[in-house]
Amino acid sequence: MSSPLLQARSLVKHYGSVEALRGASFEVSAGEVVSLIGDNGAGKSTFIKCLSGAEQPDSGEILLGGEQVRLDSPTTARALGIETVYQDLAVAPDLDPAANLFLGRELKRRGLLGALGMLDKAEMRRRARAEFSRLGVNLQSLDVPIGALSGGQRQSVAVARSVVWASKVVFMDEPTAALGVVQRERVLDVIRKVRDQGIAVVLISHNMPEVLSVSDRVEVLRLGRRVARFKAAETSLEELVGAMTGALVQEDAA
Amino acid sequence: MTSTVAEKPTEDDTPRRRPLRLRLASANTLWISLVLLALIAVFAAINPGAVLTLFNLQTTLIETSVLLVLAVGMTFVIITSGIDLSVGSVLVFSGITSALVMNAMSPGGDSTGAGWGVITVGLLVALVSGAAWGLLNGILVAKAKIPPLIVTLGSFGAALGAGELLTGGSDVRTVPDALATTLGSGTSFGVVPNLVILAAVVTAVGAWLLGTTKFGRYTYAVGSNEVAARRTGIAVTRHLVLVYLLTGVLAGLAGFMSLAYFRTTTLTSHSTDNLNAIAGVVLGGTSLFGGVGSIIGTVVGVFIPAVLQKGFVIIGVNVYWQPIAVAIVLVAAVWFDQARRRARNSR
Ligand SMILES: Nc1ncnc2c1ncn2[C@@H]1O[C@H](COP(=O)(O)OP(=O)(O)O)[C@@H](O)[C@H]1O
Ligand SMILES: [Mg+2]
Repeated sequence: MSSPLLQARSLVKHYGSVEALRGASFEVSAGEVVSLIGDNGAGKSTFIKCLSGAEQPDSGEILLGGEQVRLDSPTTARALGIETVYQDLAVAPDLDPAANLFLGRELKRRGLLGALGMLDKAEMRRRARAEFSRLGVNLQSLDVPIGALSGGQRQSVAVARSVVWASKVVFMDEPTAALGVVQRERVLDVIRKVRDQGIAVVLISHNMPEVLSVSDRVEVLRLGRRVARFKAAETSLEELVGAMTGALVQEDAA
Repeated sequence: MTSTVAEKPTEDDTPRRRPLRLRLASANTLWISLVLLALIAVFAAINPGAVLTLFNLQTTLIETSVLLVLAVGMTFVIITSGIDLSVGSVLVFSGITSALVMNAMSPGGDSTGAGWGVITVGLLVALVSGAAWGLLNGILVAKAKIPPLIVTLGSFGAALGAGELLTGGSDVRTVPDALATTLGSGTSFGVVPNLVILAAVVTAVGAWLLGTTKFGRYTYAVGSNEVAARRTGIAVTRHLVLVYLLTGVLAGLAGFMSLAYFRTTTLTSHSTDNLNAIAGVVLGGTSLFGGVGSIIGTVVGVFIPAVLQKGFVIIGVNVYWQPIAVAIVLVAAVWFDQARRRARNSR
């Protein structure tokens, strides 16, 4: 295996008296899909928030390309090429898909008008259309606020937004939970496309067949700690469930 | 936008722009514009002579221009899902500081004969006074995270109180003649009141800012989903402070306009400006829940109460019906907005 692109070592995170992470470790390489699985409350979302700058761990270290980094905000993480699809939908429902895709990264016009802050809406629309079609995101209209789209389409836009801007790592916290079968396949296809571009993808999912089909590796969190790691091709549903419930423990995983 | 024309042919699965007709039909602004046109048509049909006389048009426009300037700022605030109850008091406070400074700069403390140098200082004082209250509102809302209703209810009382402290509770009645006869009651191009031109310019700039710039885009984003905006790296706190600051500055400008028009600080006449501005904004299709709205809508919304008022006078209906009629239209507008949201959120 190539040296890991992103590495977390012994992260600890408390919320008041709740210990969400108790020394969790993790790694992912470029061009690899790693699924992070675990029971509800295992700390998966917290872990991803720490790795994407949305939360700061109380202790532990995070390395990107072998160098220790401090992710003090999502902006810092994004500047380093780390994008996230959050579990709670992080889109602006009243804005259209193009506006959401470019949110926080708006293109301005050239010249004086741009200096005054005027947006190049036509160019953003054009690029949004190209990106959506490249990623296979089907929308009936680019003009409606995305709150008027179905849950699946909204989620597809959120996924598209993170993969379009990611240059190193994409985190996806249950991106397919709200989706129908067809849309779920679409998102999985996007994940494969992104991986093939050499980007590291970290997927949280409760759907074990999905995990086994799309992942290269699987890491299992339990009670805020990594308890097992598998190669997807060499494991089974039973093993994954066993690790999640604590029936199976790998001594060397933590 | 006309971008679609120049683009290469779209693939089958890529979306096309919906026709303008459809986009307009779904917008609240269209409906309320139709209501406004219908009102004007009805009043004109009942009394064709009176409605379109120049004087009626002029007075309606003048009386609405100060409110319109307040409402432009209010539109930004409401789109962020905030509210600003302080605008009327900030208007009065700014008029007072402006008038007091202009008087203090004039011989004998009477600015009636003051020149443009003094008047310019007066304008700056009004703008800075408004900015100060806006900044205070913004910091308390965005940084201290106190609900805007409470913050601006506080500054609504405090700004008026501060103004009354400065004047000892009575109006300042000395205003430069040069100001009153130009900005206050002057006209350009023969018939267009200068006050109206200023309000139109403010409105146009506001529409440009909201509709085409990054500042406007962020205003919608913050109101639509504050968490999402924050996560995409938008400086939400700073943006909210700027929005309240903008509203304060516009209230300061409105105070200066009011001073020019009435030639006095009108201490007691602005206690319901806040509600009138909010009503105009909401009538114009801006959502109290944030994320949706337009300046064009606000223009229409602000004129509806004014037209009802004038119309009732013209056709001889007791004017006390006006607030009742406005209330009905307002409640209906908000009800439509909520129904629209429910329909959307149930998808
Ligand atoms: N913001 C928070 N405040 C308090 N407790 C939290 C917060 N976020 C998560 N927790 C707690 O941390 C633990 C891990 O939660 P989470 O990371 O959401 O787990 P998962 O995503 O694996 O279901 C849970 O006990 C949860 O209640
Ligand atoms: Mg979770």
